Amino acid sequence: MGFWNTMLAVDRRWIFLLVFLSLLIPMFLGVTFKLSISPEVQTLYDTLEQLPNGSTVLMTFDYDPPSAPELQPMADAAVKYAFKRDFKLIIMGLWPQGPLQAEISVREAMKDPEIQARNLEYGVDYVNLGFQAGNEFVIQRMGTDFREAFPRDIRGTDYSEVPLLKNTKNFSNVDFVFNFSAGYPGTVEWVQIAVDRFGVKLGAGNTAVQAPLAYPYLGAGQLVGLLGGMRGGAEFERLTGFKAKATTFMLSQTFAHAIVIVFVILGNIAYFVTRKKEQ
Amino acid sequence: MHFDLGVWIGAFLTLGIISFLYKDNPWYKICEAIFVGISAGYWIASLFWQNLVSKLYDNLAPAIVALFHGQIQYNLLYLVAGILGIMMLLRLIPQIGWISRWPLALVVGATAGLQFINYLVSNGVKQIYNTIVPVFGPVSDAGGIPPVATTGEGIGNVIILIGTFTGLVYFFFSKEHKGLFGGAAKVGTWFLMITFGASFGYTVMSRMSLLIGRIDFLVNDWIRGTFG
Repeated sequence: MGFWNTMLAVDRRWIFLLVFLSLLIPMFLGVTFKLSISPEVQTLYDTLEQLPNGSTVLMTFDYDPPSAPELQPMADAAVKYAFKRDFKLIIMGLWPQGPLQAEISVREAMKDPEIQARNLEYGVDYVNLGFQAGNEFVIQRMGTDFREAFPRDIRGTDYSEVPLLKNTKNFSNVDFVFNFSAGYPGTVEWVQIAVDRFGVKLGAGNTAVQAPLAYPYLGAGQLVGLLGGMRGGAEFERLTGFKAKATTFMLSQTFAHAIVIVFVILGNIAYFVTRKKEQ
Repeated sequence: MHFDLGVWIGAFLTLGIISFLYKDNPWYKICEAIFVGISAGYWIASLFWQNLVSKLYDNLAPAIVALFHGQIQYNLLYLVAGILGIMMLLRLIPQIGWISRWPLALVVGATAGLQFINYLVSNGVKQIYNTIVPVFGPVSDAGGIPPVATTGEGIGNVIILIGTFTGLVYFFFSKEHKGLFGGAAKVGTWFLMITFGASFGYTVMSRMSLLIGRIDFLVNDWIRGTFG
């Protein structure tokens, strides 16, 4: 059996092992590399930069722990950025565990000494409205009245008793919406209802699987910017200056991609060479 | 050494699931069964509290109490939803299972009607609008697209034009794909393949990210967290 036949018959478990090692070893190298910034990440960041300090920002956490490796780093960076800019942060989720992921981001942000020094107060500077069942119909209701969709926050406080929400009736009182999405309901529904019906300015952070579905919205101006997967998160971390896990893990990601590319090329060459011989 | 039972359970389950990559084994089966069982339990509890209790009971109960005091409240309409929900469950009784088709028809009809508008506007009209742009020259109002000023953007618009046209040709099955028409369909196929390739690339990135998350958990939370 020649080399190319061996390549075609290689046990896939060797490939699994190589991919595993390519992800594991870079974690111990402690090396990061400079990422170029994609236009869609830059425009999202620029839009946030243009918001005046103290703007009201709605962050929707539409994902759960399985998608956290991709979305949590960008969410952490976004929450830290929002706190540093004194944005009034309203958090919610269309996925049951989304608002709990937001709590992780808030706790992470509060470890930052600069943010700690601001003495941010729950209910005044930020609020977590929690999860509400109903998928896209929750967004629809929020277009009329947030209170109808979220009568109470995650701590059980009545909507009207939260100081931050006193003057927030619907989307017209929100300056920007930042959606972190891993599927349905998520970015697509926010675009279809919040953007196209209520004229909301929307930026999104998506899992890499979902990102190609969101790109057409970006081209049509329905999204102001898009963070696609861990790479998007790493770029956003670089722009905001909060370098964390996405930046660290990009080296592992790159090594694994290189392994996959090499095997795709080898597999194709082996296929064509052996087919030619058979003919 | 710092022992955290939750982290050890997480590590046991993670390694159990990953062990499937070597071959199917009882450890993997146990982890799979635990995952399926916990997921089912979690969703039953979640749906019960988030839908039946908070949406139906919390709205309907006060309205029924008020009815006994001679007041008719708007929330009594939730009774209709409750009845439709019960009708849906009747499919569990084979003799009268057909009744479940009525609430199902309502759900399908209402969802189709609402989604039709959403998709028509956001995925249809807006995307068509975004495709019809001058190839070269200024674009004054094209939904966020900046004015075409550079050659690169002009070439990009030409590619969008060719891709959209040939892609549509490929999905036009009323005429046999032969000659010039077949050539255009062939070009459309290439555009589709490139699109699928890009999607596949993103999917690989996504799956690698998830594996990175698990390896990070094993290395940092489990091994370093336990043994310092």
